[in-house]
Amino acid sequence: MRRAFRWLLAACVAIATTSAALAADLRPLVQTMGSGGYAGTEKALNQLSEAGDPAAVPVIEALQAGDLYVRKADGLVVIARKAGAGFALTDPLSGAVVGEAAAGAIDKIKINNALRRSISATLGALTLMSPDPATRRSAAEAVFKSRDANALDALNTAIAKEKDERIRRVMEQARAAVILTAGASEVDTQAAIATLTARGDRDALALLSMIAASGATDALKTAAAGAVAAVEQKLMFWGALQNLWYGLSLGSVLLLAAIGLAVTFGVMGVINMAHGEMVMIGAYTTFLVQQGLRTYAPGLTDLSILLALPAAFLVSGGVGVIIERSVIRWLYGRPLETLLATWGLSLALQQAVRSLFGPTNREVSAPSWMSGAFELGGLTITYGRLWIVVFAFAVFAALLVALKRTWFGLSIRAVTQNRPMANAMGIRTARVDALTFGLGSGIAGLAGVALSQIDNVSPNLGQSYIIDSFMVVVFGGVGNLWGTLVGALALGSLNKFLEPYAGAVLGKILVLIFIILFIQRRPRGLFALKGRAVEA
Amino acid sequence: MLTRFFLMGLDRKAGLVLTVLALLAVLVPVMTLVVPEGSPWHLSIFSVSLLGKYLCFALLALALDLVWGYVGILSLGHAAFFALGGYAMGMYLMRQIGPRGVYGNPILPDFMVFLNWKELPWYWLGFDHFAFAALMVLVVPGALAFAFGWFAFRSRVTGVYLSIITQALTFALLLAFFRNDMGFGGNNGLTDFKEILGYDIQAPGTRVGLFLATVAALALSYMIASGIIASKLGKVLVAIRDTESRVRFLGYDTESYKLFAWTLSACMAGVAGALYVPQVGIINPSEFAPASSIEAVIWVAVGGRGTLAGAILGAVLVNFGKSYFTGALPELWLFALGGLFVLVTLFLPKGLLGLWAQLTARLPSGKGKRVPNGKTADQKGM
Amino acid sequence: MRHRMTGRVATFGISALAGLAMGAIAGSAQAADDTIKVGILHSLSGTMAISETTLKDVMLMLIDEQNKKGGVLGKKLEAVVVDPASNWPLFAEKARELLTKDKVAAVFGCWTSVSRKSVLPVFEELNGLLFYPVQYEGEESSRNVFYTGAAPNQQAIPAVDYLMSKEKVQRWVLAGTDYVYPRTTNKILEAYLKGKGVKDEDIKINYTPFGHSDWQSIVADIKKFGSAGKKTAVVSTINGDANVPFYKELGNQGVKAQDIPVVAFSVGEEELAGIDTKPLLGHLAAWNYFQSVDTPINAEFIKNWKTFTKNDKRVTNDPMEAHYIGFNMWVKAVEAAGTVAPDAVIDSMIGVSVPNLTGGYSAMLPNHHITKPVLIGEVQENGQFETVSKTPGLVPGDEWSDFLPDSKDLISDWRKPLSCGNFNVKTGKCGGKGS
Repeated sequence: MRRAFRWLLAACVAIATTSAALAADLRPLVQTMGSGGYAGTEKALNQLSEAGDPAAVPVIEALQAGDLYVRKADGLVVIARKAGAGFALTDPLSGAVVGEAAAGAIDKIKINNALRRSISATLGALTLMSPDPATRRSAAEAVFKSRDANALDALNTAIAKEKDERIRRVMEQARAAVILTAGASEVDTQAAIATLTARGDRDALALLSMIAASGATDALKTAAAGAVAAVEQKLMFWGALQNLWYGLSLGSVLLLAAIGLAVTFGVMGVINMAHGEMVMIGAYTTFLVQQGLRTYAPGLTDLSILLALPAAFLVSGGVGVIIERSVIRWLYGRPLETLLATWGLSLALQQAVRSLFGPTNREVSAPSWMSGAFELGGLTITYGRLWIVVFAFAVFAALLVALKRTWFGLSIRAVTQNRPMANAMGIRTARVDALTFGLGSGIAGLAGVALSQIDNVSPNLGQSYIIDSFMVVVFGGVGNLWGTLVGALALGSLNKFLEPYAGAVLGKILVLIFIILFIQRRPRGLFALKGRAVEA
Repeated sequence: MLTRFFLMGLDRKAGLVLTVLALLAVLVPVMTLVVPEGSPWHLSIFSVSLLGKYLCFALLALALDLVWGYVGILSLGHAAFFALGGYAMGMYLMRQIGPRGVYGNPILPDFMVFLNWKELPWYWLGFDHFAFAALMVLVVPGALAFAFGWFAFRSRVTGVYLSIITQALTFALLLAFFRNDMGFGGNNGLTDFKEILGYDIQAPGTRVGLFLATVAALALSYMIASGIIASKLGKVLVAIRDTESRVRFLGYDTESYKLFAWTLSACMAGVAGALYVPQVGIINPSEFAPASSIEAVIWVAVGGRGTLAGAILGAVLVNFGKSYFTGALPELWLFALGGLFVLVTLFLPKGLLGLWAQLTARLPSGKGKRVPNGKTADQKGM
Repeated sequence: MRHRMTGRVATFGISALAGLAMGAIAGSAQAADDTIKVGILHSLSGTMAISETTLKDVMLMLIDEQNKKGGVLGKKLEAVVVDPASNWPLFAEKARELLTKDKVAAVFGCWTSVSRKSVLPVFEELNGLLFYPVQYEGEESSRNVFYTGAAPNQQAIPAVDYLMSKEKVQRWVLAGTDYVYPRTTNKILEAYLKGKGVKDEDIKINYTPFGHSDWQSIVADIKKFGSAGKKTAVVSTINGDANVPFYKELGNQGVKAQDIPVVAFSVGEEELAGIDTKPLLGHLAAWNYFQSVDTPINAEFIKNWKTFTKNDKRVTNDPMEAHYIGFNMWVKAVEAAGTVAPDAVIDSMIGVSVPNLTGGYSAMLPNHHITKPVLIGEVQENGQFETVSKTPGLVPGDEWSDFLPDSKDLISDWRKPLSCGNFNVKTGKCGGKGS
């Protein structure tokens, strides 16, 4: 009785809306979505897709977002969104308020990958005529992926109406994909192959390979095979460029990890085994900043990485200054003993972080502007990696300017080149030492912010970069920042160049052997300092 | 000639170190095998293997101290030689399993069987003979060290550059041995040994035997090292440590001197590894980890660089501390260990031995004559 | 003169230390008679601490709960925690210490295969009991070890079956870290897939080192492999630490579960806790337990866990359930035997059946493996898995895979009179091919 009343109510509301009659037709379909498990939901979804009514879009979107529920009491399918302790229920078709429910009183309609695929296909077909260009475009892409024959009519209508050149192209590609999958006349199929060849990406290649393997006629197979060859050749060229980009990107990660060490080890001569832990502290600072923003200023979470930069620099730098003042300063002139002390510090710092934050990974999420990727020609460039490359070079440039163009940099160089003389000239060498070590550690902290985006934020984070960092600094030449830059990029590119042929492990071994042999040829690294100071 | 060489290094210091080792060699078997269980004087087999392990590390530290303390070559890759010696011994032990593996294959070790290897790779041939394996324990690390040193010393790679490429060497070996395609058991390494020279590897007698072999190897290496240091050769080595260019200008072929000490040290490390493996029962690529080599450097520094006795003391002390604290303070032991390293570098630049020397130098000389005691087994804990 | 003094001092130091060391390790701690000691052998530092520390905590919780119920055989349980520090020889040393010095009645521990291999001879020599809670490669059965994690047939094969039937996958990337578990699992899967008619060129196997952090090329390769016109899936046996950068790269390069699903055998709630899972929606994992499993017993377990750790955000995972099952089995077996003596407990373990957290009972089989349900879950936005498939019944753990040529004739049965871990049914001999 109550159920019938609800229905009546919902129907009344629905009639008030524009597509009243159609909505009433959809209702039984929507109602069946909640029964029969994945298969039942899938069946209902297919029927919605065949009905081709855009009124179903909000329902399907709710299903995709995981907001579609079944009320246990009466089996009514509703959209439920969290409100206070329970859920606020609305009617999926009309959007009318149905009531409220506790968490236990409703059951989520679960979806799996197969359903997700159907959902995006259906949504694609239903939103091809959307007024929003971005939606139309993604709808066309969705149809291209789903190759759903049901969508062909909608596609044809949409293509005829579409004014935006680029969206129309995607729609035509989608139509080509549908035609190739569903089968059509020889002429249409050949045209479709041409369209896909022009698209020329991996998705097109996948489709073309399928036709080449299992086309209807031999002529079709030959045409598809030719298209596959053409696309593959193009992709190979882009593949080489892509590899270069990977090399650059790996190189910039190495550069970031090593550049702080280039200061503490390269400039100051401290064999700083705790360098990796400074990176780790930077990453944990990022985590804390993000946590803090999530709690106190959720709107700013996207900026957390930017805010973490100064924070990480200060925290790691501060720890660095403390280490220098308490331990390192007693050890100048005894570089090998700094190795020992900093190793001890690194053990203690790891354990401290483990005790404070627990041994498990911490989540640092990527801000929206660092997520995803874009296409540049045939290159796929992920925003995260792009920003890391930019950031690495920015840090390098900033450090270079700081060392070469500022009074502080001048003092650093003076102290490292001739300590007694610098002292005699009135430079407070002790303070310069502390600040230099702090600078190196702070830069390591900055690296930690960047690495939190691509690696584990765990107590072991630093350990995985320390050896690579030393290799880079030594390969480039101790005491030379340009050496570190060239060293990092060279080793990164070499690694990525070898990886496709030798595999990841062997590639890395070959790089290490290359370093050993290279040092035989140039015992002081790529950019060796000249002069007597070297022997000291 | 040879006797003279050994006697040359036999000053009082060496005499005392050797006496302690001899005492260990007598006391440990008696306390383990003769003294009945339950007596406070009884030493468990567990303790024997533990002591044996410490002494293997002591031998590694001794080898490292020979090149670092006396020739000034800081190797951050000495554990590689240790591990190579260990692998050579491990391969022999694997072959001794014979058909007792889980698949019962008489030739192939288990890990090769389940990776579908059909025959033994060529580099495993010969390892079923102990003599060959024992030779390889010396030859493999020695040859690698010779080749590496020959290039590195001739190219005059020194100081921190040398240290870092030794680290690159051990890191490359680590990655290589991790690869299952290499045929050394990948990450699982070599394990589940059954017998050595026909003796059950877990029998108390065998364990004591292995312990005695370790004591003997350590004593012999100590005598060789102190013999070298006391000889003219040793003087040249120390001179190279202090100012290499000056020695070179005096007409010495410094590269050859360094190469000799370096190769010898690698062989010693190999022997240490070979004795280590049957006592701990496993050899795995993590022995190649750069951290293992750095730890060995730390043992030497804690004990006192440039004193052979210090290297031994440091290795035993740090490892004993590690064994003790990982059981007693499982959550905090890294603080203790890390703190120890910092404190030692800050306050004991010459290591523990330097501290003792400083303290006793201030005391009236009579006190120094006290006979070493403290070998009672009823002292518990530290 | 001076250096002579040094020498004497050194010798004194060495001998004093040797004496102390011998004294300290010779004196075995007196086991108090009113408690039963339980050893916990999980790394609390080093690379494996990230996974194993949780298992130490869960053991402490289980022991605590048991003590509140009155302990075992009227005695309180006492946990002995040691830190083998992710160092494999140290695992063997600590195992020996637990068994001889602390005289523990059973040990719960190990994670990696190499740590288990390292301690195995120790447990066999000293006749100790080890409960091993992690999914592993199989090919082993020891009288002294109880394997409460999944064997390959309790994880890998059901997952592949699911992908083949539900996702119509025809092309496979088997990506793993280069160590024995992925190697063996991939060997088994390769044989299994080929048996199902998958061609050589449709299987790609890729190995990476531990802690691999730059996944750009490999993810690009997967995309490339997936564009051959056939539905492609990745079966990942990538180990712990390397997963976070792997999944981050997958997310960034836009490899969606709808297009190329990744099914992982080593990624649980704990690993996902370190990743932003929004881009990973729908990627899969196969386990025998998920935190999201909706049963009263699981709800209680999670509640207790959060109370015990005083942290509302702590997650539970499959190896924790394995310890839960293993510990309860041990308690039941000890009570049945009326003693903690290893031989008696080993005999009474077989056939013991205790509730698992997914709403059924798990039983200890004669091969020292247990029966478990297999669940396939999809990653959700909140870092949890949602079960999309569950085997209808319990799957018994099969230690010797039927898909490897050298192990298909082997069986294990620790009941008397057979009492053999590798009995060859062809030759009728215990000990592999027979000697």
